[in-house]
Amino acid sequence: MKKTFLVAFLSCWISSVVIAADSEPAVVYDMGGKFDKSFNEAAYMGAERFHKESGMQYRDFEPTNEAQRTQSMRRLAGRGANPIVAVGFGYAAAVEEVAKEYPDTKFAIIDMVVDLPNVQSIVFKEHEGSFLVGALAAMASKTGKVGFVGGMDIPLIRRFACGYEQGVKHINADAEIFQNMTGSTPAAWNDPGKGAELAKSQFDRGADVVYAAAGGTGIGVYQAAKDDGKLAIGVDSNQNHIHPGTMLTSMVKGVDVAVYNAFKAGAEGKWVSGVQVLGLAEDGVGWALDEHNSSLVSDDMKAKIESLREQIIAGSITVHDYMADSTCTY
Amino acid sequence: MGSPNGNGVVMDLEGAFLLFVLVLDSTARVAVPLIFCALAGLFAERSGVIDIGLEGKMLAAAFAAAATAAVTQSSWIGLGAGVVVSIAFAMLHGFACITHRGSQVVSGLAINILVSGLTVTLGIAWFHEGGQTPLLVDDARFPPIEWPGTNVVGGVPIIGPIYKELLSGHNVLVYLAFFVVPLSWWILYRTRFGLRLRAVGENPTAVDTAGISVQWLRYRAMLLCGVLCGLAGTYLSTAHGASFIRDMTAGKGYIALAAMIFGKWRPLPAMLACLLFGFLDSVAARLQGVELPVVGQIPVQFIQALPYVVTVILLAGFIGRAVAPKASGIPYVKER
Repeated sequence: MKKTFLVAFLSCWISSVVIAADSEPAVVYDMGGKFDKSFNEAAYMGAERFHKESGMQYRDFEPTNEAQRTQSMRRLAGRGANPIVAVGFGYAAAVEEVAKEYPDTKFAIIDMVVDLPNVQSIVFKEHEGSFLVGALAAMASKTGKVGFVGGMDIPLIRRFACGYEQGVKHINADAEIFQNMTGSTPAAWNDPGKGAELAKSQFDRGADVVYAAAGGTGIGVYQAAKDDGKLAIGVDSNQNHIHPGTMLTSMVKGVDVAVYNAFKAGAEGKWVSGVQVLGLAEDGVGWALDEHNSSLVSDDMKAKIESLREQIIAGSITVHDYMADSTCTY
Repeated sequence: MGSPNGNGVVMDLEGAFLLFVLVLDSTARVAVPLIFCALAGLFAERSGVIDIGLEGKMLAAAFAAAATAAVTQSSWIGLGAGVVVSIAFAMLHGFACITHRGSQVVSGLAINILVSGLTVTLGIAWFHEGGQTPLLVDDARFPPIEWPGTNVVGGVPIIGPIYKELLSGHNVLVYLAFFVVPLSWWILYRTRFGLRLRAVGENPTAVDTAGISVQWLRYRAMLLCGVLCGLAGTYLSTAHGASFIRDMTAGKGYIALAAMIFGKWRPLPAMLACLLFGFLDSVAARLQGVELPVVGQIPVQFIQALPYVVTVILLAGFIGRAVAPKASGIPYVKER
């Protein structure tokens, strides 16, 4: 009798796990961690929004070294998680490998294109969003000199820099732009000390607005701007709240929307594979205006940025994409 | 039209001089953690204990200081916590390789790996910000100290910028770093403790024969090492920066180790090596993206490799052989 109960209980338990796991979506974050106040946190917000709206649970994983990328994805796929959203270009190799092993599981990757029938690739037009914050930087700058601090020197970050440069030059053709990359290894995403020094080196040369696309390194850049009474521009998430009053704006990337949409499409069976390119027109990128920076952005500036935004969407301004030809000529 | 032109040249010279002073200013800020760490490594190795774990101790101190300062809102309590945690890891290293004569390199590396994971894990558990600590408000950081009369002296040419930008306006830990260098020299070369410390790193048997405890001397060296690493870590997270971020030391412990070897295990040359690294770093930041005649734009990778290239060239060509203390890395076994 006891045994039968146990068997019944066990089979119930197992089947419930299988049912739950069957539709449970999963997200794997990039190396910066879930609460990096930036890129990964945006992904987390998207997953949480899906959880609150649908009531469905999801799984997530934060890798602490490179080797865990493939391991974690394989384990999640093996447990039946579906769809699995990989956040960050660093997952390209892992997605390619695991997506082939689990052809019935749906995968999504953000910031990279993986060409497989069960993979959805979501990329953003960062150059368009960076153009807008560049224009705002040029309008806010009193010295006509602005700065950019990138994280690791990769084409994706050059795309941010190039879009920013075009935005600045669009407003003030004579403006001077100082560009610094923090490093050429992944350690460049987590070096706030170096970020602060790079920002200060730009302030020393006269820059009064600095845009950081550098993950955790950016925290040092924003702190340096606050310490020296200059303006900084955040990236990926809305980072205006970090230092209210010295954060001019943030170039927001719709990573939250991308994760939310992927989860939702998976749950509703409306999943499509292929490449999705999200720009200003799709609200995939944009600039942040809230109570923390409203005092820094005048109505004129706001109107100008909005009109630039519409012109880019309409196609009367085209923003050159660095990754199209690996040069920043426009 | 001659005079405005001449004026322009004078202005440019002044501007260039100011920029140079600002580079030196940045050099000082970058070099501070390196100086603390290089001296820490110097005390350890002079006593015969190799310490690869400078990086780990510095990271642990950075986390402890930032976490404590965030909770207590006091930078000084943060400093205390940073130093205590760093000493604890130094004692752990001592226990493994002085008392138990384990491999010093393995123990040091183990500390680095342990701390890299432990800080993030504790950070996630305590603050729920992905391993970061909350951003510190200004009151919980070490504020810059403005020297008296900067506005008056600041206007004087040459001396003005040096006084205003380079000497004044740093936090207390920066001044402490430059004070600790002569202090270390004095301890090493002018005190009985220093003499014994140097002896124990060269010939522990002789020291033992004289009736002085080798182990106790080495433990005291590790204590100093812990204090100095603690200061370095605290500087990173509560003076230079305003929060702890995963792996924020970014290899500075290893660079400090190189600076110590570069300075041939002597305080003053080690400090100069740290300043050289800091200077090259600061110059590199300003060289990025600059178009130079003939060569054009210098690749970022080259600029970032510059400090290391210069080190190799200087070490190979100009400084000569760096000879480590003879007993460095060898656990002492008392003859029975």
